Amino acid sequence: MSAEKLHVVTLMVNGQPRSAAVPARTSLVDFLRDTLGLTGTHVGCEHGICGACSVMLDGEPVRSCLMYAVQADACAITTVEGLSQPDGTPGVLQDAFCETHGMQCGYCTPGMLISAHALLQTNLNPTEADIRDAIGGNLCRCTGYVQIVAAVKLAAEKLRATGGAK
Amino acid sequence: MSNSKFRYIGQHRRTKEDPRFVTGRGRYVADIVVPGMKHVALVASPHASARIKAIHADRALAMDGVHYVLTGAELVAATEALMVGVDTPLVKRYPLAHEVVRYAGEWVAAVVADTRALAEDAAERVEVEYETLPCLLDPEAALNPDAHLVHPAHGSNVLYRRKFVWGAVEEDFAAAAQTLSFRCRWARSATVPIETFGVTARWDPAQQLLDVWASIQMPKYPDQIARTLRLPGNAVRVHFDVDVGGSYGVKRGIKHTVLVGYLARKLGMPIRFIEDRLENMRGGDMHGPDRIFDMQVAFENDGTIRALKIRALDDVGAYAGRSPLQLGKPVGAIVGPYQIHSVEYEPISVLTNKTAQEAVRGFGQAPTNFAIESAIDRVARHLNMDRVALRRHNLIRKDQFPYLIPSGTTYDSGDYHTVLDKAMAAADYPALVAARDAARAAGKLAGIGIATCLEPSGGNSSFEPLFNPKNLTTTWMDSCLVRVDLSGAITGVMNTSTSGQGHETLVSTVVGEILERDPADIRVVHADSLNALPSNSPVGSRMAIMLGSAAAGAAKIIKANLMAIAAHNLKCPLDDLVYRDGHVSVKAEPSRVMDWDALIEIAHRRIHQMPPGLEPGLQAKFVFEVPTGGGLPTADGRVQMYPCYSFEAHVVLVEIDPATGQPTLTRYAIGHDCGTMISPQIVHGMTWGGIAHGIGAALYEKFAFSENGQLASQTFMDYLMPSAMEVPSVDIVDHCTPSPLTVFGQKGSGEAGYLGAPAAIACAINDALAPSGHALDELPMTPMAIWSTLQSAGSMK
Repeated sequence: MSAEKLHVVTLMVNGQPRSAAVPARTSLVDFLRDTLGLTGTHVGCEHGICGACSVMLDGEPVRSCLMYAVQADACAITTVEGLSQPDGTPGVLQDAFCETHGMQCGYCTPGMLISAHALLQTNLNPTEADIRDAIGGNLCRCTGYVQIVAAVKLAAEKLRATGGAK
Repeated sequence: MSNSKFRYIGQHRRTKEDPRFVTGRGRYVADIVVPGMKHVALVASPHASARIKAIHADRALAMDGVHYVLTGAELVAATEALMVGVDTPLVKRYPLAHEVVRYAGEWVAAVVADTRALAEDAAERVEVEYETLPCLLDPEAALNPDAHLVHPAHGSNVLYRRKFVWGAVEEDFAAAAQTLSFRCRWARSATVPIETFGVTARWDPAQQLLDVWASIQMPKYPDQIARTLRLPGNAVRVHFDVDVGGSYGVKRGIKHTVLVGYLARKLGMPIRFIEDRLENMRGGDMHGPDRIFDMQVAFENDGTIRALKIRALDDVGAYAGRSPLQLGKPVGAIVGPYQIHSVEYEPISVLTNKTAQEAVRGFGQAPTNFAIESAIDRVARHLNMDRVALRRHNLIRKDQFPYLIPSGTTYDSGDYHTVLDKAMAAADYPALVAARDAARAAGKLAGIGIATCLEPSGGNSSFEPLFNPKNLTTTWMDSCLVRVDLSGAITGVMNTSTSGQGHETLVSTVVGEILERDPADIRVVHADSLNALPSNSPVGSRMAIMLGSAAAGAAKIIKANLMAIAAHNLKCPLDDLVYRDGHVSVKAEPSRVMDWDALIEIAHRRIHQMPPGLEPGLQAKFVFEVPTGGGLPTADGRVQMYPCYSFEAHVVLVEIDPATGQPTLTRYAIGHDCGTMISPQIVHGMTWGGIAHGIGAALYEKFAFSENGQLASQTFMDYLMPSAMEVPSVDIVDHCTPSPLTVFGQKGSGEAGYLGAPAAIACAINDALAPSGHALDELPMTPMAIWSTLQSAGSMK
């Protein structure tokens, strides 16, 4: 192994403190997947278009392929794994995707969930246009988006009924 | 749709797969870590056509952590050439170029290093000296006698060419009141899954066994890997339990796997290669059909279409693979859903210096449907007839099934008029016309598109013997194993990988239906290729038909065995017994019952209570042959292609911004008949997804090449896939004409939507352009292409 200089990155991931030393050029998505073993976040294009690698960073959705891990030092990150219930079962939004079958191959799904989650953080009564706008930066090749839009609508309904708890 | 005769089939049920995907627990190839694995990066040709003079790997090999640089010379000596679908043995292809590169991006060397980043660094230090050669990019020019030969040893750029004549074509053309001819073009696009292709291989020298984990959707993949690596078939174990992040046809990955498998064995290290998006688009060899159609139609003044002449010139790029066969599948639906008396079809497959073509959703049927529907529209326009009325006049009627088409295929069943009516009603056609005309009156451009077309389903492979007389393939079976364990729990075993089609849901629903047990409690697992029963993978819209029937067949054997155990123990003839919910009772005496647990206990533990001849345990395999399969083509090229034919009718309204040429699909409805739907949510999802994919092919997506053969669309910034902003809400109207050939009446649906959407949208764009007196005949009809046409039409204010 060549001796690349390593940099310690310390951050919160899904509510847990995590720390590891990685080369400066390690992308945030590679750090999450390869270093921390959180393989729910996917790599689709590595140039910031497809949205499969989306994660929440300090409350905002970002493309984790377009950031270096060292840039996320001291940040709080939520990945798709962090949208589940504490026992690992699906959260409300994830469950809604199951109810409407808002996926097929499942590869874009983590990114879709993050973008939808970001929307529902600020808008529990989204219109279809709001939803399409929110997931407009996430490419899906399987579904034609119809059942994804339906899932987000359903999740919003359920979250309104329960006061927004996941 | 009424499915009341079924308990689970056709009902809204959650899928088995979704929970792991939404929680980030899918297991894709890039999630699989084999201890000690090394990574591959590729050195790609910068030239579309050149001779390799020398490869200097010293600087790369000198880097810490770099293990090997493999070149074509070594690989060509150590492996067999990759399979070609047609009879062209001198069009040789290996994972790495040898002596000559034939397209920009072709792999020239593979670098193995400790990390992917290091491998990529090292790949940049491999120096290759080239001498450029002439470059051939125009498929028509490829036919010229003096054209540059992409494979000189083959002696021609033509991979396949034949003129089929089915019926009295010349007589029909001579007798018809009118004829017209035109050219249209389907652009090179592809399915472009969000997950690129990836593969990891590990060689075990003690067992002499190559383990393979891959993002794969490929018939006979393990056999091809073994043959090419000169290994016996049982020395390759493909793990089919890898989740595949979308494929829709293209993830064939043979060259990737041979490369990685060779390196793993040679170096004694597990090797991983995951394409990045550039490799996927440029050197992954996953482009789709690139086709020029020359169409001639003979018809009467009342709109009756008599005969077609179709010349289809397909540019498959620099190598063959199975791609020429994509001109073969449309033979099985060469007249579309219409009563057309005779057809001449001349498929021509040519080589050029472009990225190689691979199978794309529909295997060549969507481009052919686009050409046929363009012909129907042109006849309507020529006769000044309503396009819907013209289609209705020519559609095969419900009472004509089974219906034999001139090229030798019999369509199983259908009710095309009713499905078209349903689509028109769902779209509210009169309102659609009013909306279009109102938009036009307001100075906008607006048009309505209609398409009626077929989805051949059931994935036979009759195009193989049709296009290659040395290939005598007449079976494309699929299989399922069902077992009931001592606890009474049911497990289904399928024998191929899944790329989003929901096969676990399919098998559990079907097995649950037959055994009357809740599918939610049935587990479905994927075998590996060494313990798998025969399968030909989920291609050709076949799994509802093939895997569904195999699972039903195996479950029926289990049920029959349970009945036999009950008959033996209740001392009662089989005919006097009734099976309900897994329990067996005497019809006349319902209190005499053997329940599920008791029957299972006997099957697993008490051979003294088993009927003679019945094997202990409770398991059954079923190998299902393609219905109507088994025949070879006739001398004039007639063959039963696929068994089941699904039908779809699209109705779409498009409005175009005259200032930018940007089209917006403001209304979209589809009538769809794929027989009995086993899982409606899955069928609908595939249909919506197919339409979205078709929107891309119609309006946005193209692998464009520069004049010196450089791929100009290499990222998602220039290869434009539709997002939620471009894909409208689409109304699906179901209809069910059961297939008489399948267990539940099911047909295929994996290509639904895509087979007609490009035709319908192109038709709508041309209806919108009609008032300007212009038409577009090439896909994609991009905003720029529309705008440029409007400029030339002089209609811009």
